[in-house]
Amino acid sequence: MAEQTQVLRIKRQESPNSEPYYEEFEIPFLGNHNIISMLMEIRRNPVTRQGKRVAPVVFDANCLEEVCGSCTMVINGRVRQGCSQLAEGLGGPVTVEPMSKFPVIRDLWVDRSKMFEALKKAHAWVPIDGTYDLGPGPRIAPSVQEFAYLFSRCMTCGCCLEACPQVNAHSKFMGAAVIGQVYLMSQNPTAKMNLDERLNAMMSEGGVADCGNAQNCVEVCPKEIPLTTAIGAVGRMASIKWLRDLFMK
Amino acid sequence: MPGHHIIVGGGLAGLTAAMKLAEQGEEVDLFSIVPVKRSHSVCAQGGINGAVNTKGEGDSPMIHFDDTIYGGDFLAHQPPVKAMCEAAPSIIYLFDRMGVMFNRTPEGLLDFRRFGGTKHHRTAFAGATTGQQLLYALDEQVRRYEAAGLIRKFEGWEMLSLVQDDSGDCRGIVAIDTRSLELRAFPGDTTLIATGGPGLVFGRSTQSLVNTGSAVSACYQAGSTYANGEFIQVHPTAMQGEDKNRLISESIRGEGGRVWTYRDGKPWYFLEEMYPAYGNLVPRDIATRAIHKVVFEMKLGVDGNPQVYLDVSHLDPEELNRKVAGVLEIYEKFAGQDPRKVPMKIFPAMHYSMGGLWVDYHQQTNVPGLFAAGECEFQYHGANRLGANSLLSCMHGGNIAEPAMIGYAKSKKSAVSSTIFDQELKLQREAFDKIFKMNGPENAFALWRELGDIMTENVTVVRYNDKLKATDDKLIEFKERWGRIGLNDTGKWANQEVLFVRQLWNMLELARPVTLGALNRNESRGAHFKPDFPERDDENFLKTTMATWSSDGPRFSWEPVDVSIIKPRPRRYDVDKSASEPKAA
Repeated sequence: MAEQTQVLRIKRQESPNSEPYYEEFEIPFLGNHNIISMLMEIRRNPVTRQGKRVAPVVFDANCLEEVCGSCTMVINGRVRQGCSQLAEGLGGPVTVEPMSKFPVIRDLWVDRSKMFEALKKAHAWVPIDGTYDLGPGPRIAPSVQEFAYLFSRCMTCGCCLEACPQVNAHSKFMGAAVIGQVYLMSQNPTAKMNLDERLNAMMSEGGVADCGNAQNCVEVCPKEIPLTTAIGAVGRMASIKWLRDLFMK
Repeated sequence: MPGHHIIVGGGLAGLTAAMKLAEQGEEVDLFSIVPVKRSHSVCAQGGINGAVNTKGEGDSPMIHFDDTIYGGDFLAHQPPVKAMCEAAPSIIYLFDRMGVMFNRTPEGLLDFRRFGGTKHHRTAFAGATTGQQLLYALDEQVRRYEAAGLIRKFEGWEMLSLVQDDSGDCRGIVAIDTRSLELRAFPGDTTLIATGGPGLVFGRSTQSLVNTGSAVSACYQAGSTYANGEFIQVHPTAMQGEDKNRLISESIRGEGGRVWTYRDGKPWYFLEEMYPAYGNLVPRDIATRAIHKVVFEMKLGVDGNPQVYLDVSHLDPEELNRKVAGVLEIYEKFAGQDPRKVPMKIFPAMHYSMGGLWVDYHQQTNVPGLFAAGECEFQYHGANRLGANSLLSCMHGGNIAEPAMIGYAKSKKSAVSSTIFDQELKLQREAFDKIFKMNGPENAFALWRELGDIMTENVTVVRYNDKLKATDDKLIEFKERWGRIGLNDTGKWANQEVLFVRQLWNMLELARPVTLGALNRNESRGAHFKPDFPERDDENFLKTTMATWSSDGPRFSWEPVDVSIIKPRPRRYDVDKSASEPKAA
């Protein structure tokens, strides 16, 4: 009986400005494989299905257990982490492509620095006085922690931007992830003290008003972060601030 | 005049040092292969230890200190460990103030759980993804300094080598941009290595793909002593995979998870039976050896396979979700089964290196100007690390390094000419040119697989001298085969293969002090177990293994251990720790 194999059809690109092209690889099937482990198998003997020896596929991966956010890619048209896409149940040829909303560096490796720039713009940090010992921080109710914790799991993977129709070549929308972080900060008593700084960023170009309510972000977030709740809450906070500014300034 | 500091590695230890240095107005260049919030620290699950004593148990830093030294089988120098345990509560509080969403008690205080090797609840946790939240908090603080222009981040850059002056003092590094493959020399008054563990030397481990140990190996090859390399922690509970062995946190056992296998058709809770005092929360080396024995000696692996059960199906699913959801998710996603309903199948996996670059009590290596912090140094965990002490030692090491680095920068000698930078740059360029010309029959990734397999087979849980010697012979053979590698990627843009070929060489070099250190140590202590020498031998081996690189292999010397505070006593987990109070200094 012929050994079962898995075919990967990978969208490759040699450099940021070169033309993309597809290449197929066929490797022995193992139910325990995931996309990344299959890419690792390919690089041990990078020969295409057509028998051509090529450079191994370049990919971004690190933790291999869906906590670092590195290996985001589009698999059979759906954006997700490569490491947690198991081979079991994939069936026929699988199409593996880089995300389209970020510039390609090479093959499946893209440049997500705009997400980190958004975090800078939104001042997504708690402005502590200093690192010297001041004893414990403020008390936080378990119920508050349980919900806020969900947002602290955001790995800046990019799935939400990839799926969002408002993130495109014609818009400056920063995407759902940073809005989730602004919400997280609003749940921390210290960070809340300068919430206004973050809301200003949210009310500026590319901010929360650019959300079109497609709600694709919650569908694709690998950590199931309640992003639309955050967007709603931050939108509300921003509106209240806008009114306040209007009448108080 | 502020000092200019280089930090290599953006995990907990590197980011702590960066934050503290920037806070003092120092200049920092921070290098990381991946965006810093993707560092391996993100994988840590269970929690961070600190004797905050909010559980009415009478916990104290001294008890934490004794637990740690005992857990480490008395191999660690005691004064720095004591300092770490004393600093622990303030370290946890700082993370709290930085916004880490730790689990809370009904009164809104930080919650603490029990972890391996202790009877006290002193592990603060954020679900079962604590490393992620701690790392993100530091990532945020560092971003704040980056936005203010005090820290320059070089993400996507890999350190290749140190730049040393004629006295051998470290004056900076040479690094490569992993996209453009541009090589550049970076001067620094000090250099801090915080690049984590050498998991990839063992092939599949619980570690991430950046954990090659390559930067550490470069320092070792440049004269930095590698200490206690043979002490490798094999975590008892992991999921075996094709690409990595995924960690199932000790916190699962902390919350009541039970390890068992079938014996005579019935579940046998063997850890609870063998170790009545600590049960499922015995330290990792103890649990790993027990599982090994049950599977390989007693042939009781589940379905005849190398696996046993870790069971939480008897626990309240709501409670589990609140406390360990992240870990259960990993099992669900990668095994396709719900651990709330069926027991998890697990087996031990290489996890952590207690050994690392030798440092003094101020985190400085024996190379002046070169510092180390985090898993890549040897200071805090002796022969076996307790769970939830690693996150602690990373931040503590970063805290200790900061003033030492500032002090060193102030005392620095005369300015150095640019020739040493040009020379090192030239050396590194030539090394890459050679790799680009390689066209032999070997494949670097396939060779790496072989390295991992033999290191896992012979240099992890159970060690025999003949097998260790054979492994070292194999390493020498691998180095020769490395010379016959052929590149499949000869491109000059974003070429991961050419970088990996270099990393592989460094892995082969570093594997030797690990293997030979184990060969030389004829006793069993902590994670190092030799059936031919099953007892701990303080008379001959209460000493630190110190390995110095030479072209014919590591040269070994030894340093006595500072046991000035707690007198070594037998280490047993079947009964409670003896009631002997640790002696005050």
